[in-house]
Amino acid sequence: MAERLKVHVDPDKCQGHARCKALAPELFELDEYGNAHEAGDGTVPPGLEDKAWLAKSNCPEIAIDVIEE
Amino acid sequence: MSDVDQPVAHPPVTDWVHDFDHTDPQWTEDPFPIWDQLRAASPVVHTKRFLGCYLPTTYEAVREIANDTEHFSSRRIIVRDVRPEITSRNAAPPITSDPPEHKPAKQLLLPPFTPDAMKKLEPRVRAICNELIDDFIAERRVDAAARYTKHIPVRAIAHMLGIPESDSDLFINWIHMILELGIKDESKLLQAVQEMTAYFGGHIEARKNNPTDDLISYLMNARDKNGNPLEDTHVLGSLRLLLIAGIDTTWSAIGASLWHLAKMPADRERLIAEPGLIPTAVEELLRAYSPVTMAREVVKETTVSGCPVKPGNMVLLSFPAANRDPKMFPDADKVVIDRRENRHAAFGLGIHRCVGSNLARMEMQVALEEWLKRIPDFRLDPAGTVTWSQGTVRGPRQLPFLLGKAM
Repeated sequence: MAERLKVHVDPDKCQGHARCKALAPELFELDEYGNAHEAGDGTVPPGLEDKAWLAKSNCPEIAIDVIEE
Repeated sequence: MSDVDQPVAHPPVTDWVHDFDHTDPQWTEDPFPIWDQLRAASPVVHTKRFLGCYLPTTYEAVREIANDTEHFSSRRIIVRDVRPEITSRNAAPPITSDPPEHKPAKQLLLPPFTPDAMKKLEPRVRAICNELIDDFIAERRVDAAARYTKHIPVRAIAHMLGIPESDSDLFINWIHMILELGIKDESKLLQAVQEMTAYFGGHIEARKNNPTDDLISYLMNARDKNGNPLEDTHVLGSLRLLLIAGIDTTWSAIGASLWHLAKMPADRERLIAEPGLIPTAVEELLRAYSPVTMAREVVKETTVSGCPVKPGNMVLLSFPAANRDPKMFPDADKVVIDRRENRHAAFGLGIHRCVGSNLARMEMQVALEEWLKRIPDFRLDPAGTVTWSQGTVRGPRQLPFLLGKAM
């Protein structure tokens, strides 16, 4: 059984490149300035784990954490 | 345009490590081996040219500088032979702003450029691309820079600003004067800034009585943190920034992408078969052929990746060289069209991340999609010459193609 994942965007590091929103629109939201935060409490629904890792590995500011619970 | 006015030449470079020059014809033509050589020598190299200038050669050194606004100022962001006086007339907030002024100036510009805002603009950009293609698709020999890539960003930004798309040639000439000729001839820079100020001044005046639903009116209606309207000089500076930063940058990126696809039929065929891969390919093309090199001015002594840097010098902040660092990107010198992990820095790193990155990405995707849909077969014309722009923004300025299947 795969572990449950959570994503988190560090708001001090995010600069609004919006790569996470493009790669994993289900997991991230953008504010009016285009800066990202995790959708809801960041819980990654089953089946979207790859997208979570993809978003993390494409963030130029290294602002995304994927936490394994 | 560049047939009339060529930049003044510098003495040729013989020792790249100690005397680099990003305006040297060899750099303009093929900078990649030069960056590899410099990176092998040191994470930071220096030249006495341009009144003293450093170049970070690794991704890590570029990131360090981009994130360090204490020692590196953005008050001058183009490396030139001269250091023009800093005034509110030539400032272009937020790109020329440092903290704490930077954040409020940046936040003013961000809402019109979110991905959602870009979705609304997308149909107009798609139409622009198709109008351009209609005009030359029946021809066999086409300069794709002069007929296609050059016109897409300028018309899109004109559309957003609410100024006539037919004034495009005027804007392109100002940009050439500021970003290319202005590196070595200050009078061209000042002339262009003056002409732009007069042009936008007229548009601002006209909107004082008749507000419109465009970016100029948006800026005129914006309020600072104290609830006051922006000074006219701030509005003018931001308009200048949007025009300069939004045009030959994306023009270069679209051009370099088509240039790559003209040479690589396998990549082209794959994108035609899998159009869903185009956004991923756009990121890789942005990495491999990043057009924009920014600059900083050293304002306090410090070290970068162990190398001392001293105030009074400029820094050529080469995001393009960072994006070719093999320590950061496996097969950095190859275009891997489906590269999955790509933290490229084409739009900068840190607080000065390009305001228009969502616009540029949308324009690149649409420009490639429409071109590939309608012109699946094209290649470089062996009878023509591809030429590249010099200095701050690198991209193809002549792109001679043969359209249609090879005979």
